[in-house]
Amino acid sequence: MKRREFLSRVSALGVAGSAGALSAPALLLGTRPAHALGDDIPVGLLFSLTGSVAVVEHTLHDAALMAIDEINAQGGIHGRMLRPIVEDPASDPATYADRARRLMIRDKCVSVFGSYTSASRQAVLPVVEQRNNLYWYPTLYEGRECSRNIMYGGAVPNQQQDNMIAWAVENFGPRFYLIGNNYVYPKEENNYCKKLLSELGGEVVHEEYVPLGHSDFSSAINRIRAEKPDVIFATVVGDSDVAFARQYHAAELDPEKMPVISLTRSEVEVKAIGGEAAAGHFSSAPYFMNHASAENERFVEAYKSRYGGDQVTHFVSEAAYFQVYQFKAAMEALDPKNVTTETIRAAAVGTKLMAPQGEVLIDENLHTHLWPKVAQWQADGQAQVLFGTEERVAPKPYAAYDGQSCTGAGLVEA
Amino acid sequence: MDVLFNQLFSGLSMASILLIIALGLAIIYGSMGVINLAHGELVMLGAYATWALQHFFGFSILLALPFVFVAVGAVGWLIEKIIVQRLYSRPLDTILATWGIGIILQQIVRIAIGPESRFVSGPEILRGNIQIGNVYMSNYRIFVIVLSIAILGATWAIMTRTEFGTKLRAVIQNRSISECYGIESERIYSLTFAYGAGLAGVAGALITPLFSTIPTMGTGLVVNAFLVVIVGGLGSLFGTALAAVLIGQATALFSIVMNDTLGRIAVLICIILLIRLRPRGLFPGKTRN
Repeated sequence: MKRREFLSRVSALGVAGSAGALSAPALLLGTRPAHALGDDIPVGLLFSLTGSVAVVEHTLHDAALMAIDEINAQGGIHGRMLRPIVEDPASDPATYADRARRLMIRDKCVSVFGSYTSASRQAVLPVVEQRNNLYWYPTLYEGRECSRNIMYGGAVPNQQQDNMIAWAVENFGPRFYLIGNNYVYPKEENNYCKKLLSELGGEVVHEEYVPLGHSDFSSAINRIRAEKPDVIFATVVGDSDVAFARQYHAAELDPEKMPVISLTRSEVEVKAIGGEAAAGHFSSAPYFMNHASAENERFVEAYKSRYGGDQVTHFVSEAAYFQVYQFKAAMEALDPKNVTTETIRAAAVGTKLMAPQGEVLIDENLHTHLWPKVAQWQADGQAQVLFGTEERVAPKPYAAYDGQSCTGAGLVEA
Repeated sequence: MDVLFNQLFSGLSMASILLIIALGLAIIYGSMGVINLAHGELVMLGAYATWALQHFFGFSILLALPFVFVAVGAVGWLIEKIIVQRLYSRPLDTILATWGIGIILQQIVRIAIGPESRFVSGPEILRGNIQIGNVYMSNYRIFVIVLSIAILGATWAIMTRTEFGTKLRAVIQNRSISECYGIESERIYSLTFAYGAGLAGVAGALITPLFSTIPTMGTGLVVNAFLVVIVGGLGSLFGTALAAVLIGQATALFSIVMNDTLGRIAVLICIILLIRLRPRGLFPGKTRN
């Protein structure tokens, strides 16, 4: 390389570098221009349509897409149609981050709806915070997170456990057996469960974690038989839960004496477990397909007529559905010329909406006020709702941790 | 004590499932030297075949077993004819090829039948448990244990008491000389592969009432089956059986003493130590290379 050539290259690098330095402050300040909306509103759908998580996520994709089509059929938002841009992250957390970035940068999406697992949400989190966009996450999750860029539509531990644990201690007894898969969600739920039990005078007779995808529960069932707990508190997910429920039934353990109360068993799992094996056990969630309300009837009917009569709706697909309507309500409330992440978020907070489960409200901390219910599974594969809370329950993502709370200003340490 | 006996039964039950899955793998490896990484997917196909027979024709699992055996055996036979047969001189390539076949089978099922878990109901006559003192034994699991022993016996009889078995053993010992004596080694190999695949199918059918039937179910199972084959010694039927019992019992006992996660780690450590001391497994087969 000639010396002159080398110098010119170095100086070219220098110019590029200083240009980068000039643009950096704007990035650091996080002030982005308002979304320049054309004739339509681009929104991202980031649900896996292939891979292991696709079993659940395709139902979330279907529910969200149905809501988008319904809104467009009613004339869109301020006359603008929603334009869904579908990406398939193929059940791989790194791909979620990559596709989220693509949706936000290339496709200029105003918001992205997506994902089921905590792993995928945590992969998207740095991207959505860096791009200062909004990510609408419909799944119940373990709490202990307080991002200003994620709209949490699912239940956090206090919304699934407060009423249920008290009821279970009263009706079945204080001795709990905790079983879950070995990852963050079951551990955080169990943390909160133990806290509630210590307040109610209950006890944990055994706490057990099995690997994800674990399929032989004979040891766990033997231990349950030996310990004779009053309640089995289960946070076993997906295929593991199917295997657990079937083996529990095959071992002829009686749900009247030792019921399994699950936070994760929905209509989807019960379809695979079989109604007979699931019957008599319980789940706690804000929504069940069988819940009686005019909104839910309409939702279930629309879903079935669109995707097939044998399809089921469940507590995550319901949230995937109503979150699109929450987005619509927020967009309608703000000036169409000034659509930024900040204005959408500000408009979304306090939004009330009749969802299939009841009227939901977005809290300042961007989680959702929900209507927890406890239901008993029936032989036909549907859940019979036994009781719900009298009032809407506020989300407390840090309920298990004294002195910490998630507020409109982010995480506050007392 | 009750806990111990209950756990021993659980271990035996796990061992029986491991044995049926591993047997097909052991036969294919032992006789042809092919490491069949699609074995787990053949188990999965067996489970789905059972589901299809029950869903569309109302067959119970017991009635479906022979059909599943033949159907998955036929798939195995096709795989051998179309792909594996061309690769006998390149054993490493068979690993890659069978792995690819596994992925293809998994995706075909996912596309054609769907990714969600399917429901197969267990046989009515095997419901319930036998209770002796405080030891509970599920009738279905007892049935699986008995059937696995029967399959082991039948396989042993085929290998040692039939003309086919004699020919197979001849081909294993020296392929070219067997061919000089008029044994069609290609046909023998095809049938052996089909038999191993058929056993995988039977295993898949048997586990459907206990586990969940999904396209990816084979992947985890085949890992366990490989552990059994490696511990047992490649190519040895009784080594495979003993290894299945050892691993099943070890898993059951470790998981009651610790828990399922740590139990699994402990079992794997034991296996690593064992193959360090006996690299060819407990009963290495007597094959000439």
